[in-house]
Amino acid sequence: MKPIIAVEGLSKRYRIGGRQVHNSLRDAVAGLVRAPFKRFRSNGSSNIIWALNDLNFEVARGEVVGIIGRNGAGKSTLLKILSQITRPTKGRVALNGRVGSLLEVGTGFHSELTGRENVFLNGAILGMSRAEIQRKFDEIVAFAETEKFLDTPVKHYSSGMTVRLAFAVAAHLEPEILIIDEVLTIGDVEFQKKCLGKMNEVTKAGRTVLFVSHDLNSVNAICERALLLHEGSIVKSGVTADVTRYYLDHSNNMYSPITWSALPDADAKEVKLNNIRLLQNETSTSAINCREPFTIHIDYQINEVVRGSRFFLIVRNDKGEVIFTTSDYDELTPAAMKRQVGRFLSRVEVPGGLLKTGGYYGSLGVDIRDDRVIFAADDAFHFDVFEPEDDIQATRHRRPGAISPLLGWEITEIK
Amino acid sequence: MNATDSHTNLTKTESQIHTTSSADAFENPKILIDARDSSIGLHLSELWNYRELLVFLTWRDIKLRYKQTALGAAWVIIQPLFAMLLFTLFFGKLARMPSDGVPYPLFAYAGLVPWTFFANAITNSGHSLVGNSTLISKVYFPRIYIPAGAVGAGLLDFAIASILLVPMLIYYQIPVTWQFLFLPLFALLGTILALGVGMWLAALNVKYRDVRYAIPFLVQLWLFASPVIYPASIVPAKWKWLLAVNPMTGVIEGFRSSILGTPFDTSTIGLSVVMTLLILIFSFFAFRRVEDSFADVV
Repeated sequence: MKPIIAVEGLSKRYRIGGRQVHNSLRDAVAGLVRAPFKRFRSNGSSNIIWALNDLNFEVARGEVVGIIGRNGAGKSTLLKILSQITRPTKGRVALNGRVGSLLEVGTGFHSELTGRENVFLNGAILGMSRAEIQRKFDEIVAFAETEKFLDTPVKHYSSGMTVRLAFAVAAHLEPEILIIDEVLTIGDVEFQKKCLGKMNEVTKAGRTVLFVSHDLNSVNAICERALLLHEGSIVKSGVTADVTRYYLDHSNNMYSPITWSALPDADAKEVKLNNIRLLQNETSTSAINCREPFTIHIDYQINEVVRGSRFFLIVRNDKGEVIFTTSDYDELTPAAMKRQVGRFLSRVEVPGGLLKTGGYYGSLGVDIRDDRVIFAADDAFHFDVFEPEDDIQATRHRRPGAISPLLGWEITEIK
Repeated sequence: MNATDSHTNLTKTESQIHTTSSADAFENPKILIDARDSSIGLHLSELWNYRELLVFLTWRDIKLRYKQTALGAAWVIIQPLFAMLLFTLFFGKLARMPSDGVPYPLFAYAGLVPWTFFANAITNSGHSLVGNSTLISKVYFPRIYIPAGAVGAGLLDFAIASILLVPMLIYYQIPVTWQFLFLPLFALLGTILALGVGMWLAALNVKYRDVRYAIPFLVQLWLFASPVIYPASIVPAKWKWLLAVNPMTGVIEGFRSSILGTPFDTSTIGLSVVMTLLILIFSFFAFRRVEDSFADVV
């Protein structure tokens, strides 16, 4: 039988940074003047990312396919292409059925309109005819449990109510292909169960569902098959349980909150790193007693003040798992808020009784949030954590978990 | 130890189970999304399938227009009415602007009704795509209905403002002639023109936010380039064509003649119709060409 969805060589390229997207005429005019150079430079490809890279898969009619992967893996881009919101750069997709997509709950909901009005408007936006909405209206409202508030503007709804109503409209869309992105993560547990039930019902009616979620449990619960996306490619595809297990096994490698590897060296013109030292009990060391606190000393020179810049520290264990990240912007101290030219020393204290024994790597960087990285030093320092005694406390390092905090258990008898 | 290195081994190892591409899936699919396909189709059947959405978007714009305003729908009348009073004072009384033998207030109002509609329609539709950016980036439907809905919503205002012409005609004792029957046609012409201009501005606004600042300026200039304050007859015959190239001339003059029973200037109106259609076709294709990239840019 003909697959309902066929994807062939699908790729999507985005340009990031740079000034390719002209937001004002002035930029466009300036761009025109620089055009020959720009074309030449853009071959450097540094500001091009392939959100999707040569995807190939098929979905049979009636299948429920989960799409998983960490943020930025390309899940949303894939759904946007399948829902015709954006065009692919390469490749093609054949869809053999009406598509209904729910990329965000309550898309098209207007806070000034009443619940009733929004049901009709939202239904029309999702592709339902008025007659269709009218026919299903009572069912939708009953599902959403918002009968009492039908004539109240949605702005007075709680977020849970809005989500319920929006999901109810979409769930009654009855498309042949239903595309859902991260819907069930909102709303209370009861309603999530109800949604899952509704989705099961939808699939029993022979409809095809593509379901994207971070919540592996719900993917496991409703999808027979899953695709694991990573950096725009399908890394694994097959029976859901296998794919989710694979994802869990490898998720640490796939998780990288900040990638500094592709960035300029530790010497930026704005900031220069002098040295990083670890101190425990006022002595420099790289062998850390796990029961005592230690301090990371960062000695640096600011040559040029960069507004909004922050220092970042990432500590990984020797398996490459990130144990923690911290920034001097976390507490918004005056010194971090108002940078000045000069030489500085930042001290970061890590409490004792927290880390497991083993080797650790620390990376340091300076960035402007959501903008650019000024400076990055990958694996700038290394240290080993050891357990000084072989007592009962030491056994905690052998238990599962990324850290082994020594936590107080206060036990009192209830009389 | 950086993230990129550690999982390169992941990326290509797994055999992709469902990669067998059966070509027949691509034979007459219901929907084909193809990166190579750069043709700009009319997709009229799709527009037809979604026709009810246009009604809903228009209705939504009407509903929302005067929410949380103290005077509400009264604004529909206030806008052209106060403009008429001001124009009557400055141009009618002080500057003694000729008005083809019609009382100046009536003359001005009959021009201001279609003009106000047009000005509001292009302003609202010009901002419409940017204003609906969340909708555009989250759900697919023919985007053209967003500016079209904004224009459509203005039609109700247009109709309400037109009703005020009736007491004015009675007051000034202007007889209604058979020409009144042409009124809807000029309203239609004005709507098509507003759609054409609005669509183009909306698409342009997605990419160049300058449009937002340019619109009020454009509207102001256009007002003086159209025979709202003054009659087309004061323009020397030699320059008449220049005025007629602006299709709003035909809309306003035609609208006014239908109401006041003054003779139609058929050559001006004819040229306006041609210009309007050209603008509509141009805008439609310009819109279609950039439609797919809205979600990436907006």
